[in-house]
Amino acid sequence: MIEYLQILGQEVYKIAFLLIPILVSVAMIVWLDRRVWGLVQKRRGPNVVGPFGLFQTLADALKYIFKEIIIPASANKVVFILAPIVTMTLALVAWAVIPMSENLVLADINVGVLYLFAVSSLGVYGIIMGGWASNSKYPFLGAIRSAAQMVSYEVSIGIIIINVLLCVGSLNLNDIVLAQKELWYVIPLFPMFVIFFISALAETNRPPFDLPEAEAELVAGYQTEYSGMMYAMFWLGEYANILLMCAMGSILFLGGWLPIMNIYPLNIIPAPLWMILKILFLFLLFALIKAIVPRYRYDQLMRLGWKIFLPFSLIYLVMTASFLFYFDKLPKVNI
Amino acid sequence: MNFNRLLKTIFLVEFIFGLYVAVRELFRKSKTINYPFEKGRISPRMRGEHALRRYPNGEERCIACKLCEAVCPAQAITIESSERSDGSRKTTRYDIDMLKCIYCGLCQESCPVDAIVQGPNFEFATETREELYYNKEKLLDNGDRWESVIAKNIKLDKPYR
Repeated sequence: MIEYLQILGQEVYKIAFLLIPILVSVAMIVWLDRRVWGLVQKRRGPNVVGPFGLFQTLADALKYIFKEIIIPASANKVVFILAPIVTMTLALVAWAVIPMSENLVLADINVGVLYLFAVSSLGVYGIIMGGWASNSKYPFLGAIRSAAQMVSYEVSIGIIIINVLLCVGSLNLNDIVLAQKELWYVIPLFPMFVIFFISALAETNRPPFDLPEAEAELVAGYQTEYSGMMYAMFWLGEYANILLMCAMGSILFLGGWLPIMNIYPLNIIPAPLWMILKILFLFLLFALIKAIVPRYRYDQLMRLGWKIFLPFSLIYLVMTASFLFYFDKLPKVNI
Repeated sequence: MNFNRLLKTIFLVEFIFGLYVAVRELFRKSKTINYPFEKGRISPRMRGEHALRRYPNGEERCIACKLCEAVCPAQAITIESSERSDGSRKTTRYDIDMLKCIYCGLCQESCPVDAIVQGPNFEFATETREELYYNKEKLLDNGDRWESVIAKNIKLDKPYR
């Protein structure tokens, strides 16, 4: 019994060691997002609370905590409360398999990519539950839109991931990173990286694909009826998801925690820092894109997903496979 | 769709140019100011919060001619007057309902002695409605507080009147 408790304590300690930095970085990333958005639009963005406004998100979180949670009378209470919890939990749970360095990973499982993909697919449930349980038309429309959108783009993300897996021959995220020691996959698979990035935008409901919460049409989409801490949890889950997508992109294409080149001044920088830098780079792109693009129309969004990305990534998959087979470069897997 | 445009679409030309513009603008100076900490320039003609001015010797300028009361399109001004012991006509009551006021500046235009003016202050929000029913005391107090700025503004604006 005591042994069991000891192991439990150790695990809780490890999880806390993972979760707290993620929550803090989510807060920082929200600030960065708003700040970059503001600066591109020649505004100043949040700059009052703390140095450069860094604590703005913490102040916002404090505000949300003290606000009243309003549950609509006609809402399905259990599901309504469950929805933000599901969203946030799923966004955080996926981080368990993300390797920050060769050893710094909570769960080094063999099917890391599959797990990541499965958990990020489940994320849509939080949104559907929120939209349905609100029992109001705008959240419902937003939830329908986001469900369709996320399902469509997951298909192309899945095929892009298969592209990478073909080159690696393993589903373990650390193996994927180590396989890029010679050459990051962003170079041979560049079109896939672009499509992955755009699909990630759609997957996380970021502009230009923020149709589920298109404020001009749907008030705030599935979040319309939420308030206080429950709204903050949706928000947290959303940004944790965005970070997750950035981490996924950097692991699959940008060589994860590997330095740019294995030469002296670069390889002295610790691996987690490289990972963080790459995530930040991708997030910066997310933030810049939010500032420069107008919103897609819904049929355009669907056309892009099904008629362009899906066939293109399938063709590229065939090309990658034939290339690897022809030059006999298929990864040798010993089972 | 012609071939050129197809190429542009495939290689995301417009999109990359947009990103370039965004990065360029990122490092340029913001057009906005840190409002509560730094303030924008205000014209001498700014029609802000009202003030009743005094002569340098401390005497009220207002002679209770009631032109401002008559001209006020929102009927926000209420004046009552009586003869003072030295024989001059002075106001006993000078109220402006700042909530009715439309800040048109006609009171200032009509005043023959530059007594009622609209100063440069626009930050007089209050927490209750009652605080915005200004009386003579409050207006004179405003005049005392903003006199230097108001006098300068009137002087600057003189050539254009």
